[in-house]
Amino acid sequence: MLLRAENLAKRFGGVHAVQAVDFEVAPGAVQSIIGPNGAGKTTLLNLLSGIYRPDEGTIWFDGLTLTGKPPHQFAAAGIGRTFQNLQIFFNMSALENVMAGAWLHEACGLAAAALRLPRLARAEREARQVARELLEFVGIARWADAPSAGMPYGALKRLEIARALAARPRLLLLDEPAAGLNPTETRGIDGLIRRIAGRGITVVLVEHDMKLVMEVSQRVLVLDHGRRLAEGDPAAVSADPQVIEAYLGCST
Amino acid sequence: MIAQTLLSGLTTGAIYALVALGFAIIYNASHVINFAQGEFVMIGGMAAAVFVETGLPLPLSIVLAIGIAVLVGFLLEKLAIEPARGASVVTLIIITIGASILLRGLAALVWDKKIHPLPAFSGEAPIAIGGATLLPQTLWVLGVTVVTVAALWWFFNRTLAGKAILAVSHNRLAAQLMGISVRRVLLVSFGLSAALGALAGVLIAPISFTSWDVGVMLGLKGFAAAILGGLGSGPGAIAGGLALGLIEALGAGYLSSAYKDVFAFVLLLAALVLLPNGLAGRRTAERV
Amino acid sequence: MPAAAPQSASRKGLLALAAVVALLPFALANNYTYEIAILVGLNAIVCVGLNLLVGYAGQISLGHAGFYALGAYTSAILAARYGWPALVSFPTSIIGVAILAWIVGKPVLRLRGHYLAMATLGLGIIVSVVLATEDWLTGGPDGMSVPPLLITGEKPWYWIVGGVLLFTVWLAQNLIDSPRGRAWRALHGSEVAAAAIGIDAARHKLAAFVLSAAIAAAAGALTAHYSGFITPAKASFLHSVELVTMVVFGGMGSTLGAVVGAAVLTTLPQLLTVFKEYEMVLFGALLMLTMIFMPQGLVPTLEKLLAAARRKPG
Repeated sequence: MLLRAENLAKRFGGVHAVQAVDFEVAPGAVQSIIGPNGAGKTTLLNLLSGIYRPDEGTIWFDGLTLTGKPPHQFAAAGIGRTFQNLQIFFNMSALENVMAGAWLHEACGLAAAALRLPRLARAEREARQVARELLEFVGIARWADAPSAGMPYGALKRLEIARALAARPRLLLLDEPAAGLNPTETRGIDGLIRRIAGRGITVVLVEHDMKLVMEVSQRVLVLDHGRRLAEGDPAAVSADPQVIEAYLGCST
Repeated sequence: MIAQTLLSGLTTGAIYALVALGFAIIYNASHVINFAQGEFVMIGGMAAAVFVETGLPLPLSIVLAIGIAVLVGFLLEKLAIEPARGASVVTLIIITIGASILLRGLAALVWDKKIHPLPAFSGEAPIAIGGATLLPQTLWVLGVTVVTVAALWWFFNRTLAGKAILAVSHNRLAAQLMGISVRRVLLVSFGLSAALGALAGVLIAPISFTSWDVGVMLGLKGFAAAILGGLGSGPGAIAGGLALGLIEALGAGYLSSAYKDVFAFVLLLAALVLLPNGLAGRRTAERV
Repeated sequence: MPAAAPQSASRKGLLALAAVVALLPFALANNYTYEIAILVGLNAIVCVGLNLLVGYAGQISLGHAGFYALGAYTSAILAARYGWPALVSFPTSIIGVAILAWIVGKPVLRLRGHYLAMATLGLGIIVSVVLATEDWLTGGPDGMSVPPLLITGEKPWYWIVGGVLLFTVWLAQNLIDSPRGRAWRALHGSEVAAAAIGIDAARHKLAAFVLSAAIAAAAGALTAHYSGFITPAKASFLHSVELVTMVVFGGMGSTLGAVVGAAVLTTLPQLLTVFKEYEMVLFGALLMLTMIFMPQGLVPTLEKLLAAARRKPG
């Protein structure tokens, strides 16, 4: 298992956003987390990326215990993510957003940066090239030098993915990558996720779009009211009567 | 001796509490930190002092002074805050700092840079109570503050207008959907805060005099008190103001009078670093 | 539409600035104008540093005059009272203030927005009160005199300040165009997204804070040695506000903007000495109008207008 979370719980005041959730991801897999609104999907993702500290439970990633560590250490361990409410760096161009994403691999000392030592200039050129390739990979190469604030929503969703990929994660958490996209754009995301998985990156997505979830995932976890409702391959989960009831209400 | 110090601390504490309440009201309605709050205090004291000097009776001067401050509060909201709605925190902070500087400059121009006294409300004969002597003005300060706080409590909890203001501070969109005019609420909030500040200025001017730049420190310390009590909390502002006044008086009396002004800020820093939510405030979580 | 690679644009700016520094003496008629130019340069140095913190890393400091004054006083006290050679007290003061900024920054930078503003304001005021009160060390509210550094005289100091300014701008631009600069700008853009790509917000904010404090201290020390005198007013809240104003007026997030802001706001009061009485009113009005109508600042707004104008024909 690449990622293992056991007995995760997160409470906000009196609300149990996540309760007694176990979660596992095998390396190279593509898995989804689904559930009705308020089920705790994004909270779970926030726990798995370190943004929330769990009130209970542990998180292991690739042999490391990550529980309680700050989010930048989750990222350093190899977990990348995108956000449901886009968190693009609107003060930078698309290219700069992606270049920023590569921070973990280009870190340089303050003095070296300020004095612009020659090897840094070379590294900058390479970083620029790598970033362009990533923009190409996600399909928004035409926006490379544009200020990100001027880009359309669909392109921004892809930009976040490119930025997350720039950090060379082993595990990529996608929070509603198809939210707000039309069917054509969603098919594009489907293809992109496959291409990402093709590069050996493990993917976990939170999604509402059932079609996307069914087509792309090998395993699905269903959450409801913060608890694990069902888990298994997409076909089995979609036929599970408890899942159907949770989404559609009581059966007549 | 200690009773004297405590009394003096309570007096300044009451003033800080009024200023802090002004900060809290504006912050709650608009999420703006009004760095010009101290200037309302200055306008209150200075306008009253100048009116008295031109021969108007004290009560009329006070009412007029507060009225001018309220007007300035309206203008500030209309001309500076409304056009900049949606701007970043830094931008709004700098706008109100600019307003504060502008108002001070105007005060120096329109009036002067001299120190002005204001006559005490009911004379200057000190009253002896249990080993301490107090000025009648002190009783005015404490008394009026208590009455004001009670009036505010009644306003916010028992009147529709007050509840409307609270509604806007909790959830602006929902309040708008309920038919509450946010613009009007903002105007009223600024006017109310200005009135509180001016009242504080008028109350304290007989004791510590007033001048064109008296608002700077008072405003900053009132702000410190508001944060101490938890930004946005009315009761917190009052508690913070009183606590600040007391600690300042005790510190100046027993530790170092030269560093009197510093106690407020040391306390503020300690509160910010150790108690990020203040004595009564709430922290909001960022949703991602 | 493709924008010029940021590096070449900033290099052009640096060269333009170097040209201005080199050619300006031809326009300076007497010692007084040299003095203004030197003051502009000194303010510009502080502003370039402050801009790194405010414009790039997205933090706020309403107490930077405190670092400026501490740099000035440390060098002044070491040189005047303890007989250190100014050449040694100068770098020592920079290092000393940097260390202090490091100690103080760690807890304070955990705060955000209004709280951070208030904390830095509080720090600045504490510094100014201490400087005014400990008169056995600092000469009190009337200030103290400062031994010169190397030489005296307007013309040599012009070149010293000009050189330090160009060096500082060069450093700042290098930093901005590096992964570290992008990391700071990422923090400014979205702290949570920055954490998700491995950026340790606390460490980076601290680095930006310490660097900008060190630059302010250097400028403060230079000012002290140049003018031969220093007073606690240099640590005042008003001075901190002036510095922040120069940065936002010129353009947050633009190094050249910081220089332009310093230039305009240092020379304007000199030109308007006639309006001395109106100085505060005008300054306050300028602050408000700029932030309401031109919140990005002068240089970025001009750049945008130029870009729009260039796009219009055809």
